[in-house]
Amino acid sequence: MITVKHISKSFADVQILKDVSFVFETGKTNLIIGKSGSGKSVLTKCIVGLFEPDEGEIFYDERKLSDLKPKARKEIRKEIGMLFQASALFDSLTVEENVAFPLNMFTKMTKEEISDRVNFCLNRVNIINKNQLFPSELSGGMQKRVAIARAIAMQPKYLFCDEPNSGLDPVTAIVIDELIKEITDEYNMTTIVITHDMNSVLEIGENIMFIDSGENKWTGTKNEILDVKVKELHDFIYVSKFLQQMKRKR
Amino acid sequence: MIPAFGKYMTMLYSIFLKPEKFSIYWKRFVDEVIQLGLKSLFIVILMSGFMGAVLVIQTASVIESAWIPDYTVGFTVKQSMLLEFCPTIISLILAGKVGSNIASELGTMRVTEQIDALEVMGVNSIGYLIGPKILASLFIFPVVIMYSMVFGFLGGGIVCYATEIIPVEQYIEGIRSFSEDNFGYVRYALIKTSVFAFLITSISSFFGYFLKGGALEVGKASTKAVVYSSIFILIANYILTQLILI
Repeated sequence: MITVKHISKSFADVQILKDVSFVFETGKTNLIIGKSGSGKSVLTKCIVGLFEPDEGEIFYDERKLSDLKPKARKEIRKEIGMLFQASALFDSLTVEENVAFPLNMFTKMTKEEISDRVNFCLNRVNIINKNQLFPSELSGGMQKRVAIARAIAMQPKYLFCDEPNSGLDPVTAIVIDELIKEITDEYNMTTIVITHDMNSVLEIGENIMFIDSGENKWTGTKNEILDVKVKELHDFIYVSKFLQQMKRKR
Repeated sequence: MIPAFGKYMTMLYSIFLKPEKFSIYWKRFVDEVIQLGLKSLFIVILMSGFMGAVLVIQTASVIESAWIPDYTVGFTVKQSMLLEFCPTIISLILAGKVGSNIASELGTMRVTEQIDALEVMGVNSIGYLIGPKILASLFIFPVVIMYSMVFGFLGGGIVCYATEIIPVEQYIEGIRSFSEDNFGYVRYALIKTSVFAFLITSISSFFGYFLKGGALEVGKASTKAVVYSSIFILIANYILTQLILI
């Protein structure tokens, strides 16, 4: 479980996050949704420690992030897997080397053990016989799946996914969403997904926070979101004519 | 300027933090030796050979007095190559080739969030990415410059042999003349090269690593890396010459 309490963050004179609080629950896919520029990515970067919040507290289970020394923070980071928007696979390494990277860096596993773990993770995301290819030789969907394999290689307790299906076709996007949901259930992880894709929200949104202009405007689940009364969220969901028609029919 | 210098110093400090796993850093070091040094060897050898050849022709063509012995050509080529051409001009060329390569590599890694990925994993990204580059350049650039010296002399020798502009024996005698100073000149050249190697890799890494923006900025960072590396090489060249030779 990850708890954020009263997080605020500014860059120069622009306040990006205003008093954001939320509990990201274990074993669930927790979604941060909102328009582009609403502060979703900044919040995530604060949670993983890439940015330091101006105010507020972040707890990884019982561990308060701001109280931890650099070494302890590094240990927490080993419990984090992250899937980046652009996959962020290392260009100079093969698929196999990418997945093996955290294992090589942080564990004392033997070559055989690492190879077994890499193959297990790649099989889990349905990447077969691509071990020796470079990221540039893979499609966007495959790159995302390899990035998921790398993210789960260390068996993380916390999985962060920054717009996991951006740039993907709808079919591949759903495959990635389902994969994230399955992995979350399988490993009982605390998964945080940043998205503005309503298909993802309705597919995997078990615990949702809606951010608008840096503020937490609404929290709920995928079953509650379509009947929401909050204007900003309503406008966000029903921006397309198709969904407006669907709502009228309901 | 002062905040940028502070950032640069912080970057240098982070390089020397304890590596997560020595064996991985060693592999990175070897890769960088190949990437930065060995892959630059061909262009360095080519340029040095031709420069040595041109120096012989130019020097021989201006020395027409019967009072000046032929071996002066070899001596002049030696002095030019050892003192200035090999350490400084080749380093400026390496600043263009290697510097832009480093800045664009790190800049692209920044833009595509690969550096963020390292940080989230808990890897000291500066130590992992930049440290091996600096150490590799400190190790391999002096070797590259020594090759440059050898092939520069060789280029001059080939011209002497092919054109008979001066006898080859006289050219070799010129190179070997005043040999008691040669060690000092080579040492001076290698000290300069080591300083230039550090400047090229650290300045180029700085512009690449701290890049903000997209593809356009990667190009700009590349250009800045070459320009600033070259400027600092020229400044360091003057200071080192003043300190070591006088």
